[in-house]
Amino acid sequence: MREIHVNQIVETVQKLCIEACCYLEDDVKKLLNKAYHEEKSELGKNILKQIQKNIHIAETETIPLCQDTGMAVVFLEIGQDVHITGGSLYHAINEGVRRGYELGFMRKSVLDPITRVNTRDNTPAVVHYNIVEGDRLKITVAPKGFGSENMSRLKMLKPSQGIEGVKEFVLDTVLKAAANPCPPIIVGVGIGGTMEKAALMAKQAILRDAGTPSSRPNIASLEKELLELINKSGIGPQGLGGTSTALAVHVETYPTHIAGLPVAVNIQCHVARHKQAIL
Amino acid sequence: MSKYKVLSLPCSTIELESLNIGEMVYITGTLITARDAAHKRMIELLKEGKALPINIKGQALYYVGPCPAKPGQVIGSCGPTTSSRMDVYTPTLLDLGLKIMIGKGQRDSSVIDAMVRNKAVYLAAIGGTGALLSKCVKKAKIIAFEDLGTEAIYSLTVENFPAIVAIDTKGNNLFNVGPAAFCKL
Repeated sequence: MREIHVNQIVETVQKLCIEACCYLEDDVKKLLNKAYHEEKSELGKNILKQIQKNIHIAETETIPLCQDTGMAVVFLEIGQDVHITGGSLYHAINEGVRRGYELGFMRKSVLDPITRVNTRDNTPAVVHYNIVEGDRLKITVAPKGFGSENMSRLKMLKPSQGIEGVKEFVLDTVLKAAANPCPPIIVGVGIGGTMEKAALMAKQAILRDAGTPSSRPNIASLEKELLELINKSGIGPQGLGGTSTALAVHVETYPTHIAGLPVAVNIQCHVARHKQAIL
Repeated sequence: MSKYKVLSLPCSTIELESLNIGEMVYITGTLITARDAAHKRMIELLKEGKALPINIKGQALYYVGPCPAKPGQVIGSCGPTTSSRMDVYTPTLLDLGLKIMIGKGQRDSSVIDAMVRNKAVYLAAIGGTGALLSKCVKKAKIIAFEDLGTEAIYSLTVENFPAIVAIDTKGNNLFNVGPAAFCKL
């Protein structure tokens, strides 16, 4: 049994929160640069240039890329041979979020859904636990802004609707979202499982290194087809018209029930934040 | 498409009428901030027959909830939020004299009708560029609803704040015209 103390988890989460909100990963930067060179709209090109300037300022001055520093979504892959010591794992994650958002001068956007009273420290985080083999702890922090989260959708399709129904639903979701999720976007799609499994897969799909195709050829070709379709929409950067509506489409699947075809679409804005550490 | 105009605030209705969709403007002057909670509270005050804590007439309203300022900073990251969440409140404010709105994303037809009726413009700031836009803010001061934290009403003094004319005083809408020009579906 390998021991990991909660203090180490607090420090790691704190650091990941700040880094995720201020330093964009190379995968997204690369796709934004490609979009800049390929964009057909002059105004769209201008917007993509401003987005690149913003990334540079945020990175050099450690300022949050976007004022919506999101709700902290934390994915844990806990090796089954790891023993967490010194306190509660859940509390350690939230303490890391609390410190990160305070020390990083990030916005505290989390509140009670009924009373709308702000918790003032951006906690609680949304934490997903997954037990895996090994003696390591992988922590992924993905702050999620709600401009794009609000545009996400889930539908329980009928099996008769098949893959065409899936494509239609994904495209319709992007068309309805239009300018709101700050295009160019990354589209995460979860197909199969149950209702909550589809939603979770859609979220996990946006955490994949942006633009990396699925390892399964039929899914990779579906991703490519959806991306081309979405980029024909004309929505463009910020929804003001152009050819760069999405930077990538990522699809995850899971076996489902004979009676169902769940599909979830999670939309991610161009400030696609995710940072990882392995303890 | 990409013509540049300088917009010094306050400005006349004639100047606003000269703006056309697709034009890039650089704003210098004072913006007032308000997002979801401040809008809700303003409309509640009006319903109760009470006065607003700010003078909305001729004003430019920026939909933003900034990050806290770091030491030495005027304001933290401060890009636009999604404007459509304010649509339900906006016609009332336009009828009270609101002239400029800055945010991101589409507006609904009730807002556009009220804009045409009152000769107002809607400018799109680039969502997700809060670090860049924070550099254009030279002064920031809370002027109302301080208890709302990031959702309080601020007065922002801005210089060369970039935005795009998205809906003009004639009701022309770049969120429809722009994508239509590139749509191949």
